[in-house]
Amino acid sequence: MNEAAPMTLPAAPIDSRGILARLRESRLLLGMVFLFPAAVILLVFLTYPLGLGIWLGFTDTQIGRPGIFIGLENYEDLWTDSVFWLAVFNTILYTVVASVVKFALGLWLALILNERLPFKAFFRAIVLLPWVVPTVLSAIAFWWIYDAQFSIVSWSLIRLGIIDRPINFLGDPTLARASVIAANIWRGIPFVAITLLAGLQTISPSLYEAATLDGANGWQRFRHVTLPMLTPIIAVVMTFSVLFTFTDFQLIYVLTRGGPVNATHLMATLSFQRAIPGGHLGEGAAIAVAMIPFLLAAILFSYFGMQRRRWQQGGRD
Amino acid sequence: MANVSIRDVRKAYGATEVIHGVSIDIADGEFVVLVGPSGCGKSTLLRMIAGLEQITGGHIAIGERVVNNLPPKERDIAMVFQNYALYPHMTVSQNMAFSLRLRGAPKSEIEASVRRAAEILGLLPLLERYPRQLSGGQRQRVAMGRAIVRNPQVFLFDEPLSNLDAKLRVAMRTEIKELHQRLKTTTVYVTHDQVEAMTMADKIVVMHDGIVEQMGSPLDLYDQPDNIFVAGFIGSPSMNFLKGRVADDGSATFRAEGGAVLPLASVPEGAAGRAAVYGIRPEHIDLSDDGVPAEVTVVEPTGSEIQVFAKIGDEQITAIFRERHRFEPGATIRLAPERDQVHLFDAETGKRLGGLVQDDKQPSDRRMKSGGR
Repeated sequence: MNEAAPMTLPAAPIDSRGILARLRESRLLLGMVFLFPAAVILLVFLTYPLGLGIWLGFTDTQIGRPGIFIGLENYEDLWTDSVFWLAVFNTILYTVVASVVKFALGLWLALILNERLPFKAFFRAIVLLPWVVPTVLSAIAFWWIYDAQFSIVSWSLIRLGIIDRPINFLGDPTLARASVIAANIWRGIPFVAITLLAGLQTISPSLYEAATLDGANGWQRFRHVTLPMLTPIIAVVMTFSVLFTFTDFQLIYVLTRGGPVNATHLMATLSFQRAIPGGHLGEGAAIAVAMIPFLLAAILFSYFGMQRRRWQQGGRD
Repeated sequence: MANVSIRDVRKAYGATEVIHGVSIDIADGEFVVLVGPSGCGKSTLLRMIAGLEQITGGHIAIGERVVNNLPPKERDIAMVFQNYALYPHMTVSQNMAFSLRLRGAPKSEIEASVRRAAEILGLLPLLERYPRQLSGGQRQRVAMGRAIVRNPQVFLFDEPLSNLDAKLRVAMRTEIKELHQRLKTTTVYVTHDQVEAMTMADKIVVMHDGIVEQMGSPLDLYDQPDNIFVAGFIGSPSMNFLKGRVADDGSATFRAEGGAVLPLASVPEGAAGRAAVYGIRPEHIDLSDDGVPAEVTVVEPTGSEIQVFAKIGDEQITAIFRERHRFEPGATIRLAPERDQVHLFDAETGKRLGGLVQDDKQPSDRRMKSGGR
């Protein structure tokens, strides 16, 4: 890197060694050199597609036909589009229910894994599995679990005599929503659990000992030590979890493709369906752009609402 | 306030026993320091008193109650941790009030207790700060405040000063001692620093490898160490040890391995001709024309005294002089141990041979006496 630095500038004929030496000392130049690759990646793979998407949202581009600028027409259409509003509702429902349950179960799991128990490492590895398996693969597994005829759940319940015919998991709108949410929860718990576990392990054991000596019982130790100490990590984890869930695509696409009767269409799947199979790139882009305000709101909420507490700030060391 | 009685206490982790039967009696209001190198079991013992570790064998009683199976909060003790263990999300006053709040004490009482403790420790201006906004010494004081607020029967300190810088450590040492004189609460204090032990304790318990090597008042331990371990551990810089043999020709002398002949006040009974270790503290060595020749290697003046490292034969010797002698490295000086300050130890067992100031034929007896003081 040091060698490359001077080459980006015109060669200085007089006293070149002095300038070369001085450039090598320059922190500013060195910093720019190091920043360059990252900046290029960000520009090419993030800023450009995002900008292109926003631009497409203002056009009537279709596959195979470059569009023209049509202003807010796409958004006006969406405003009166009941399927779009259904997708917004579905997305919010999906995100809220799945995130809340993921948080509750994830925290519970993390607390269990933080205890002294036999085969700890083994259990921790097991917990990570759902997250390690590619989404499409686990979605296909769930597809079988939810199959209208061959579902293992239906089969077991029939064998136990609880029901007399298979459950139509993905055929009934309400059941389909519950089913995809359950699959998402299964997949998302490891991320929450393992991250919270990492957070739990940073809490000094002597704090618990001090609380025990102060007379705190198990619940009080959790309420007064664990929870407050964990809040910053919870904020970060849940922000990410909400973002992942809100933008989920693969699970839905494999399991239901948005059906039945659009009951499980999320904004991401609807956007894809309108843009690629439907061919209306402009409209699809507009739906995708409509997700941005929700995501920004989630980030800002966690950033300002939870992330930094007064007790974490300041201090000399 | 209460006395604490520790009877034949053992601790084992699985098959490994780390404390092998320790008995200590701590009188009401006494300041006892458990001291020893790391891994000697002193912290484990303290944590067993606190209830943070199970007691494998023996029993511990606080006051008249055996506490072996009592949970920590029912033992009526308070502990100050090495890393202070302050709740980072609570202010100073919340930290101190926490135990009372859990107990459901009325608000007015909590406030009064916190104020009283804050006043004693000079924390009044800091009550609304968070631990992160405090210096090490202030945090230390908050940790003590948290203990005081509960008005416990026993204070337990687990190396409370080891995270502070040297100057603050000395200041806090005095402060803790002052606090004890004021509150007169029974205190058990764990440290690895023998200077802390010497300066603060009413009674020192020297531990090593899970047993009590010796206990007694600081000066007892300094003047009459029971064995080589205690002799080497107590006192700074530590005692010089020279291997050799007690002369058997009737003269009160000791012949070191290098050939040097060192003086003794008297030959303890049955010690003549025995292989032994000759112990003399650096501060008990004088310069004298009839001393043993020694070659100066390093000179360290500290202002109030001069520390000299010298060699007698192959043995390294440290001596301290309050007078400002001039020493040159390489020069030969003549060192004369003060004969009535010499300690003799058995070469094999490391146990003390005879006494120096008083005769000490029954060390186990004396041990009991000082233990019960």
